[in-house]
Amino acid sequence: MNKAWMVWPENPAVSVLVLAVLAMLFLYAARKPMHGLIQSLGRTAMGPLRLGARWLNGAADRMAYRNRAVLLAHGKQEVETRIEREFERIGALVTRELQGYPTLQRKLLDEITRVEEDYRKCGEVPPPPPDWVEAVTAMSNVKNGNEMVMRVLEEIQRSVNAIHDKAISEYRKAYESRHKILEGFMPFWRSLDKTLGRVDRNIGSLHSSTAAVDAQMEKYEQIVAGNDKAESMLTVSAFTQFAIAALVLVVAAGGAFINFKLIALPMSEMVGAGDYITSSLRTSEVAALVIILVEASMGLFLLEALRITHLFPRIANLNDVMRRRILWIALTLLVTLAGIEAALALMRDMLIADKQALLQSLATAPQPAVTDGWVGRIPTAGQMLLGFMLPFALAFIAIPLESLIHSGRTVGGVLATSLVRVAAFALRLVGNAARHASRVLVNLYDVAIVIPLLVERLFAGRRPAKSAKPSKRVVDVDEAERTHA
Amino acid sequence: MKKILFALSTLLALAGCADPKEHSHAVYMLIDTSGTYSQESAKAQLIVNYLLGTLQPGDSLAVARVKSRSFSEKDIIAKATFDSRPSQANAQKRAFREAIDNSLRQVMPSRYTDITGAMIQGAEYLNEAGAGRKTIIVFSDMQEELDKVTVRDFPISLQNIRIVAVNVVKLSTDNVDPRRYLGRLDDWKKRVEAAGASEWRVINDLERLDSILARS
Repeated sequence: MNKAWMVWPENPAVSVLVLAVLAMLFLYAARKPMHGLIQSLGRTAMGPLRLGARWLNGAADRMAYRNRAVLLAHGKQEVETRIEREFERIGALVTRELQGYPTLQRKLLDEITRVEEDYRKCGEVPPPPPDWVEAVTAMSNVKNGNEMVMRVLEEIQRSVNAIHDKAISEYRKAYESRHKILEGFMPFWRSLDKTLGRVDRNIGSLHSSTAAVDAQMEKYEQIVAGNDKAESMLTVSAFTQFAIAALVLVVAAGGAFINFKLIALPMSEMVGAGDYITSSLRTSEVAALVIILVEASMGLFLLEALRITHLFPRIANLNDVMRRRILWIALTLLVTLAGIEAALALMRDMLIADKQALLQSLATAPQPAVTDGWVGRIPTAGQMLLGFMLPFALAFIAIPLESLIHSGRTVGGVLATSLVRVAAFALRLVGNAARHASRVLVNLYDVAIVIPLLVERLFAGRRPAKSAKPSKRVVDVDEAERTHA
Repeated sequence: MKKILFALSTLLALAGCADPKEHSHAVYMLIDTSGTYSQESAKAQLIVNYLLGTLQPGDSLAVARVKSRSFSEKDIIAKATFDSRPSQANAQKRAFREAIDNSLRQVMPSRYTDITGAMIQGAEYLNEAGAGRKTIIVFSDMQEELDKVTVRDFPISLQNIRIVAVNVVKLSTDNVDPRRYLGRLDDWKKRVEAAGASEWRVINDLERLDSILARS
C-alpha cells in the first residue's frame, strides 16, 4: 500500500484526521467560489438545453401549423370532390327521372279526370217507381167485400208486380253497368299507383342525395372555418386510411411474393441461373422482380387513365383521345405480361418435373412411379391461372398506394411533430435535472464542511447583523433560476 | 435526385462488373483405381450422383481416375460445365451420368497410386475453370504409392482449393497399428495446408455427403 500521502506513516488514523481537517479548511475557504462555480456550471448546462427545447417547441408549432394547413386543404379538396359527385348524381337523377315529369303530370291528370267522370257515371241511378204505393194504400183502406175494389186491387197488384219486376231488372242492369265501370277503374288505379310510386321513389332518392349533400356541406363549412373538430376528424380519417391502405398493401405484397416465386425459377431459363448482379442477387430474380414491378406500373397507368387514381396529373390532364390510347396500351401490355406469366408458370412446373425426374434417376433406390392423371394436372392449371390472374390483381394496388401516399403526409407530419415535442420535453427535463443537480452539489459541499460552518454559525450568532447576507444571496440565485426557467 | 442517379449508376456498374464465375462452384473428383480400392467404385458412383443432384447450373464437375501416374488430362473420365439454363443443365447431367456409368464399369486396377499428380492435375483444371469455389474430392484410401521413376516430392500449389477426402478406408496394416492411419491423414492434412488449401476435410460416412459441398 502506498503510504506517501500519510503525514505520519506509522499512524494512519492521525494522518487521515490531519488531512481531513486540512481539506475541510481548504474547502471552507473555497466555499463561495466553489458554490458559484457549481451554480454557474448548472446554469451553463441548463441554458442551452432550455434554448434547444424552446426552439424545438417552436419548430413543432410551425410543423403543426403547416400540417394543419395541408390537412385542411386536402380535406377541403376531398369534400369538394364528394359534393361535386353528389351534385352530379342529383343532376343525373333529375335529368333521367324528372325530365319526363310534365308528361307524367299530364298523364296523372288525365287518369284522375277519367276516374272522376267514371265515378260520376256510377252515381246515376234509375228513376224510382211511380207513386202508386200511396194509391194502393188508399184503395186498401176501402171496406172489404167490395168486389170491384178487389178486382181493381188485383189488377193493381198485377201491374205493380210487373212494374216491380221491370224496375228490379232495370236496377240490376244499372248496377251491372256501374260495376263494369268500376271494374274498368282498376287499370287506371294501378297505373296511378305505379306512377305515384315512381314519383315517390324519385323524390325519396333525391331527398337522400340532398341529405348527403347537406352532410358534406356541413363538413365543408367546418373545414372552411378551420375549427379543431374538423382537424381532429380529418386526422383520424387520415390515420384510418393509412392503416387500411398499409394493410391492403401488405396483402398485395404477399400476392407479389407468390407471383415472384412463380416466375423466378423459369426466368433463369431465359436469363440464366448462374448470373448474379450482386453477391447474393441472381439476375433471374431481378428479372422476375422487374416483371412484377412493370405489371404494377401498367396497372397504375391503367387506373390513372381510367381516372380512378390521380397520382400523375399529367395523365389526368390529357385529352380524352390520348388518355384512351394510354389506357389501351397499358391494358395490352398488362394482358401480354399476364400471358407471359402464365407461360412461365407452366415452364416452372415442367422444370420442376424435369429436375424431379433427374433426381429419381440419380437415386440408388428405385422410386415408385407416379400416376400422372388429371388430378396431377390440377396444380399446373392452378399455377397457370394464378400466373394470369395475379398481374391483374396487382394492378389494383394503385388505389391503396394513392391512399397511403396522401394519408402518409398527414400521418408522417403528426408523428414528426410528436417526435419533436418529445425531444423538446427531453431537453427541458435534462436542463431541469442539471439545475437541480447543481443545487444538490452545493448542499453536499456544505455537508462536507459542516464543522467549519458550525463554527461560523457560532460566531455569526454573536454578530446577527452580518449573518443575513449569504442566505439572501442564495435566495437571490434560486429566484433568478426560477425566473430564468 | 443526384442520390437516385448515383444509386442507379452504382447498380448498373455492379451489374456490369458481376462475374458469373465468382458464384459458381467447380468440383474435381479423383477416384482411386489402384489395387483392392477399385472395388469401391459403386460408392464412387453414389458420390458422383450426389454431386450431379446438388450442383447448380453454371457449376463445373470433372471426374478423373487416380492411376500409377495421374498428372494427365487423359485420366479425366468426364467433365462438364453445366449450362446456365436449368433444362439444358439437367440434360448435361444425364449425359454425364451415362459417361461415368460406362467408364466405371470398365475400370482396371492400377499398380500404383499417384494422388499428388492427380491433385496437381485437378488444381490446374479448377484454376482454368475460374470458379469462385473450388473443391477437390479424393475418393481414396490416401495411401500414395509411386514407382521409382515418378517424382512427386516437391511443393505443390492448392491455393484456395478445398480438399475433401472421402471414404478413406482402413488398410489391414492400419488395423494392426491405427497410428499409421491417423498419421497418414495427418501427413496429408499438413501437406495440403502447406500447399495453400483453404480447407481439409475427411468424410467416411457416406450418409453425410452434404458436408462435401458445405462451407466450413
